[in-house]
Amino acid sequence: MSTASVTPARQQAGVLVEDVVRRFGDRVVLDHLYLSIAGEELVVLLGPSGCGKTTLLRLLAGLDRPDEGTVEVPARRAIVFQGDRLLPWQRALRNVTLGLYGPDAGQQAKDALAEVGLAGRERAWPKELSGGEAQRVALARALVSDPELVLLDEPFAALDAITRRRMHGLVRALRYQHHAAMLLVTHDVDEAIALADRILVMSSGRIETSHPVTLSAAEREASVSREELRASLLADLGLANQH
Amino acid sequence: MTEIRPDPLVCEAKADQADFSAETTAGPAPTLSLETDALAPAHAREVFVAADARRVSVFAKWRKRLSWPLGIYTTPVAILIIWQVLAEVGVLGPTYAPAPTSIARTAGQLWQQGVLGPDLEISLRRAALGLALGLSIGIVTGVIGGLLASGEHLFNGVVQIFNTIPILAILPVMIVWFGIDETPKILIIAFGAFVPMYLNLFAAIRGVDQRLVEMTRTTGARRWRLVTRVIFPGAMPGFLVGLRFSLAYSILGLVAAETVNANSGIGFLITNGQTYLQTNQVFVGLVIYAILGLLADQFVRLLQRLLLQWRPSYEAS
Repeated sequence: MSTASVTPARQQAGVLVEDVVRRFGDRVVLDHLYLSIAGEELVVLLGPSGCGKTTLLRLLAGLDRPDEGTVEVPARRAIVFQGDRLLPWQRALRNVTLGLYGPDAGQQAKDALAEVGLAGRERAWPKELSGGEAQRVALARALVSDPELVLLDEPFAALDAITRRRMHGLVRALRYQHHAAMLLVTHDVDEAIALADRILVMSSGRIETSHPVTLSAAEREASVSREELRASLLADLGLANQH
Repeated sequence: MTEIRPDPLVCEAKADQADFSAETTAGPAPTLSLETDALAPAHAREVFVAADARRVSVFAKWRKRLSWPLGIYTTPVAILIIWQVLAEVGVLGPTYAPAPTSIARTAGQLWQQGVLGPDLEISLRRAALGLALGLSIGIVTGVIGGLLASGEHLFNGVVQIFNTIPILAILPVMIVWFGIDETPKILIIAFGAFVPMYLNLFAAIRGVDQRLVEMTRTTGARRWRLVTRVIFPGAMPGFLVGLRFSLAYSILGLVAAETVNANSGIGFLITNGQTYLQTNQVFVGLVIYAILGLLADQFVRLLQRLLLQWRPSYEAS
């Protein structure tokens, strides 16, 4: 499942990034980067701030173009941003139907809200939602279009620890229902271990190391191999002696 | 009843500050129970409780009722009362500033004589036509300018130049071009309404949060939906600001057009009153303009309440 991150053949699903360079002025943010994500894989991209994580994610979302190389992604993709980015002037349901067309859009959006545990909150204004609820609406908005690729840009960074754990449970539950490839960007090592099939550590514009995670749900909570993984991730991040 | 102790480091509890009955004699401000001065002592503490859970003294109740009984119209009403008293005492002469009751009486007389009604109707029709014209052009050009770069290049320069020309200054040109009938008056009002509407709508559309626009693109929404669900609602607060300015400027335009050349309308009523030293009549005209302005403002406030329900707004206490 988790092969090396160097040039696999063309694929039917998931993500394929080949030899991508992105510069802002003189600064090279992505430096000949390769990445592939399989059809239903959940990849977590870990790295210090400023290492190019968000730039890579924006390239995959189609919000930005590479200076060199190619990015191949499914046309049906969705992104969950760091902030909820809800339209404050639309109620929860209308926020979810934003990209939906067709007569059953309302019902689909209702189902998506129920899926993230917000049944009955369809008519709430964003200002009436808590931070966790707003982010769940954003998640519903991403999932409602039945995407083949879901990009999550530090989606839970602004939430408190308890809400964040609940959101992790939600993401785990949702990925088995949606069969989509997922790329989650974070700087939280524990979040990475809790969710990932594969953890990529990024630094200075490249993916430095790749850690396949084959732990069970219980092992992810507490186990020797979890601690070993955590230690090696921290070492990759250059934090080995600081925790 | 909620109780918040903002400083957890202060452990020393003071019994008298938790005792709410102490406030009955102190007569505190109705919404806060602040017991700190500008220079709070080192261990000062604050206690907050639900607004209606506290026992409010009779004095405080009356103070609340008396402080702003008419909201923002308290001051105008107070001025009216003082004005009336000064006029009755004789400080203000009737030809200088007639008493409010006298103005009201004159308004009634003018109405009965069949002067005020038709004049008011004519003024209102001018304002309505001018506004309709100015707002239509302002909204159409504002939307085009806001959404399209070519629209911006087409309109922005012209409107910026218009914006620097005072309404009163184009009046002579209007008279030269269109004479003294209804056309120049309507055009002046339209001009007054157009400029602020365009400028505010343009700025509002360009000022819509780009992060929301970007998010909308990622959901797969097409352009029409981006415009109707994101850009227009996002520009709504700015549009309403523009509408408010437009209404105010169109009334200004109405006054200018009617005062300089008119043989009917409220402005004519005023110049006529001035000519024959009917100060009452002049004031009747002024009062009507003021009421028109107030109604326009209230109309926009009502629209804001209806259209901007989503916005968490600041409410002063």
